[in-house]
Amino acid sequence: MAYSEKAKAHYSGELSALRGSGLFKEERYIESPQAASIRVEYPWGAGAREVINFCANNYLGLSSHPEVLEAARVALGTRGFGLSSVRFICGTQDIHRELEQKLSEFLGTEDTVLFPSCMEANGGLFEVMIDKDDAMIADRLVHASIVDGMRLCKAQLYNYKHSNMDHLEEKLQETQGCRFRVIITDGVFSMDGDIAKLDEICELADRYDAFVVVDDSHATGFVGKTGRGTHERCGVMGRIDVITTTLGKALGGAAGGCVSGRSEIVELCRQRARPYLFSNTVPPVVVAATIKVLDVLSRSTDRRDRLEANTRFFRESMTGAGIDIREGEHPIVPVMLYNAKLAQGIAHDLYEEGIYVIGFFFPVVPQGQARIRVQISADHDREQLTRAVEAFAKVEKKYGILGKKKDEIIAMYGT
Amino acid sequence: MQDDVKRLIIDYIKKEYLDEDSDQEVTETTKLISGGIVDSFSMVSLKMYLEKKFQIKIPDEKATPEAFDSVNNIVTLLREFVHS
Repeated sequence: MAYSEKAKAHYSGELSALRGSGLFKEERYIESPQAASIRVEYPWGAGAREVINFCANNYLGLSSHPEVLEAARVALGTRGFGLSSVRFICGTQDIHRELEQKLSEFLGTEDTVLFPSCMEANGGLFEVMIDKDDAMIADRLVHASIVDGMRLCKAQLYNYKHSNMDHLEEKLQETQGCRFRVIITDGVFSMDGDIAKLDEICELADRYDAFVVVDDSHATGFVGKTGRGTHERCGVMGRIDVITTTLGKALGGAAGGCVSGRSEIVELCRQRARPYLFSNTVPPVVVAATIKVLDVLSRSTDRRDRLEANTRFFRESMTGAGIDIREGEHPIVPVMLYNAKLAQGIAHDLYEEGIYVIGFFFPVVPQGQARIRVQISADHDREQLTRAVEAFAKVEKKYGILGKKKDEIIAMYGT
Repeated sequence: MQDDVKRLIIDYIKKEYLDEDSDQEVTETTKLISGGIVDSFSMVSLKMYLEKKFQIKIPDEKATPEAFDSVNNIVTLLREFVHS
């Protein structure tokens, strides 16, 4: 037997080390559809309870929207459950092409290709786009999937300090000898909710003859006046060469992602991107439901407007209550606690208060920047938002940190 | 020579990885990777800088997080490849 006692001991040791270092991830069992309020069983066996959900990427509340569910039901009847194929053999239906065209229209790009996830879009893009004579210049806080994509690519890797345009410019100057330079950033950074300076990045890209690639997963559908994304918010629609984004967050939240942008690059992804070529097609139900999501969003900006209003209300209420949040405008609202154990303890106590949030700490965020990431949805009502603020205030008071700022919290709990 | 190399690496780390307003001290024993100053992603650019500066090639299997975890460790690693 190849799976020896030695192997078993090795893997058990790895798991023990994860548990010992507090990095072991436990899953909570949710017994309801995704929504602002959900039924959660945690720990397993404790019985399900109703909690207000503040950790989903369901920004627009479309994950369980009646029109979206109906579109999925119809597609199940007319296009089936699965396609048992990759795209280029017999996995492309009319609706796949329709969704790609609708995404191009929505994002303001030339063409779009669907991927099974944005992780895979980011995993496949760079290898297709650039080679060893080229340079990738990435913001230091880009998402892990971009990091993996860049690792799979032979181009030279440079990175610049987070959102630091002077440092980016230095890197552009250093790489003048390369054939192509690609600036790579998230549109919205997932841990801080801060928005990339795409206007300044595009200026630098023009000046130094570089491409711009943006992962807009935490923006597509709701950032910008009509929800097109960070490029709309920053006034650079049409100037981003490639956008990667997900269907798994605001756009219904089921699965799937895409590469959208310059038509030649998108077509090369169809021809050569390995995660695209060797993964099954996105299921018809997901495709049809996402087409409906885009219809809903193109019909009216009500949901993104409600999300914006909810976010403003929550941010102002939290600050007013004396809770230390990271400033911004995005529905990702980091509640800063600086200490990992404190973040875990407060998240646990909030769950007892019926507020479902998760603590994040090193290595997911930098050392000394532990936090709880609150995510607001268009589907939260004012009562739910107010309950969350009151619960945060109650629990922070218990820990003696309500009304305290960074230095005082660190003085009490360390980092 | 060794002190010069240490100085060079410390200066690079401060310039490349720390914010202008950071009060983080970097000495030859400061934990770089496990201390959260240089993440494994940024380590790639540090490796590339050293390779260019010293005209060497550090094989990937030698470029471990442990080997890059302090300026002292990096200098030990460089000794294998830099022949003065």
